Amino acid sequence: MYEFTYIRPGSLPEAAALLASNEGAKPLSGGMTLIPTLKQRLSQPSHLVDITALAALKGIAVVDGRLEIGAATRHIEVATSSVVRQSLPALAALAAGIGDPQVRNRGTMGGSVANNDPAADYPSAVLALGATVHTDRRAIAAEDFFQGMFATALEPGELIVRISFPLAERAAYAKFPHPASGYAMTGVFIAVVGGAVRVAVTGAGPGVFRWTQAETALQARFESAAIADLEVDATDLNADIHAPAAYRANLVRVMALRALETILTSSKGQ
Amino acid sequence: MSKVSLTVNGKAVSVDVEDRTLLSSVLRESLGLTGTHIGCDTSQCGCCTVHVDGRVVKSCTMLAVQAEGSDVMTIEGLAPSHDASGATLHPVQQAFSECHALQCGFCTPGMIMAVAGLLKDTPDPDDQQIIHGLEGNMCRCTGYVNIVKAVKQAAVTMRA
Repeated sequence: MYEFTYIRPGSLPEAAALLASNEGAKPLSGGMTLIPTLKQRLSQPSHLVDITALAALKGIAVVDGRLEIGAATRHIEVATSSVVRQSLPALAALAAGIGDPQVRNRGTMGGSVANNDPAADYPSAVLALGATVHTDRRAIAAEDFFQGMFATALEPGELIVRISFPLAERAAYAKFPHPASGYAMTGVFIAVVGGAVRVAVTGAGPGVFRWTQAETALQARFESAAIADLEVDATDLNADIHAPAAYRANLVRVMALRALETILTSSKGQ
Repeated sequence: MSKVSLTVNGKAVSVDVEDRTLLSSVLRESLGLTGTHIGCDTSQCGCCTVHVDGRVVKSCTMLAVQAEGSDVMTIEGLAPSHDASGATLHPVQQAFSECHALQCGFCTPGMIMAVAGLLKDTPDPDDQQIIHGLEGNMCRCTGYVNIVKAVKQAAVTMRA
């Protein structure tokens, strides 16, 4: 690692001021991506501003029919929270499958969403549920937030404060994890919110995206047969050492079917 | 440089570190607790697993300054008491010994710390829960069969 100065600010405005006044400063949340990146000397921040202890970024609550989760909430907290398990169990199940126990004990929702790794799990839930990302400056709709591989609508120094999820009538996530890393080779999150079906795919492409063809088909009839024969265009999907694009294209359909199966077979639809 | 104060295996310690120093380095180099192994140094193998405030973490992927004020437990502090012969073992250590859940032993300290964390959350795990719970730890010798056996034996002992 290159040298840097570590700071633990006492408040959100103090954190924002530190990031604004030091061009090379970066926020540090759980550090599950950033610390390995620093160790490989792929990044050279002047300062690391640790935002995990900020009270403004904490908390899980249902407010006015929406599930509000603070950005510094760790994956294990989402996975085990009775509030999340009751109001949006698909999100708790997703969190319980991120990485490994050591990662879930450190990594945070805000960190994962801000990083927007193309194989991260959370972006699929944020996009499929049509969540709103609240920052220290504004509210950003999920549609506008994710902008391709590791790219988001966040401006330099802008911090995610919390993410606000609508409570889905039905939702489920299914992923095919890479057997070594646990990252999603392909993950599909299906949600029904206000009667509208949305299907978001992670891991398969350069960034999370909606599979609109499946949405239309499921809107017409919410059953496996509606999507079982759909073909996914592999043109823009990822091809790498782990799998060619056509393999991932097939996984999109298979994971969608598994997520749908979870919805159709569980009592509460989640 | 920063001064980091934390509790390690029940003892309050204070160490001067560079901000970029990893927790694993402080444990091994500043405090001489070399039971915490560094296998891959890329957050994958889990050999450096310790407990921070009761939760398992990979100490090679946490800055020492992030552990300020924390309660850290390493493999050296896991057994309930340390007599002069070092004969006292934690039930997980005992089970690993009896079930031959190790061959070269390099992954063992991290594996045992991960198992201790798993059994705290899941006192009576089935095979799938054990496999899922140990996803962050790699063993290149055993094929995991005896590790799973040891976890089950330790679970029985600890529930008794």
